[in-house]
Amino acid sequence: MLRVLVQEAPFDVAAEMARLTASRDDIGALASFTGICRADDGLAAMVLEHYPAMTERALTRIAEDAMRRWPLTGCTVIHRVGRLTPGEPIVLVLAASAHRAAALEACAFLMDWLKTKAPFWKREEPREGAPRWVEARAEDDAAAARW
Amino acid sequence: MKILYFAWLRERLGVAEEEIMPPPGVATVRDLIAHMAARSPAHAEAFAAGKGVRCAVNLDFATPDDPVRPGDEVAFFPPVTGG
Repeated sequence: MLRVLVQEAPFDVAAEMARLTASRDDIGALASFTGICRADDGLAAMVLEHYPAMTERALTRIAEDAMRRWPLTGCTVIHRVGRLTPGEPIVLVLAASAHRAAALEACAFLMDWLKTKAPFWKREEPREGAPRWVEARAEDDAAAARW
Repeated sequence: MKILYFAWLRERLGVAEEEIMPPPGVATVRDLIAHMAARSPAHAEAFAAGKGVRCAVNLDFATPDDPVRPGDEVAFFPPVTGG
């Protein structure tokens, strides 16, 4: 099962976890990662822009890749767009498998790749001063390249 | 050919998209970038080497050597920062 969503609304982590494990008894591991908007340097809000026609397609490719690389029973990727304030969740990645190594590795892979291979751009709105676009980080490229 | 801009490229150029008719010599993303840079001083600055502009052709990430054809949807944007 593969579930990819791009939305402005918040997501329900417990409901998403239940959906991935419902009516199955072969899942021994469910790994979960939630990315949250941090209040760095007086940040008032983060605005996530994306390329609507391309985003879901890019995320689906990444999720399909994870399903091929690890013996997963399913995975979920939900990425929010629009204006988010500190403390709000931005992204959810879930990976389910019979054993934990596959679930944990797939979860890390999904996050590393969606940071570098999906068309999202973050703009930070400080409490004072002009908004600024977040620059890509070399560490994120290095993390994506290890897979 | 439909050209789309995202993030600071859209802000810097003041448009989200434009329709262009590239000359016959424009065969690759690299050719198209050179053609776009010649459209205006703002384009020249946005597409300058070192700005790190990335590209997608027909909804797939593309490299400078990838082909472009009339009728393609081509997007230009900074390196992505999701997650």
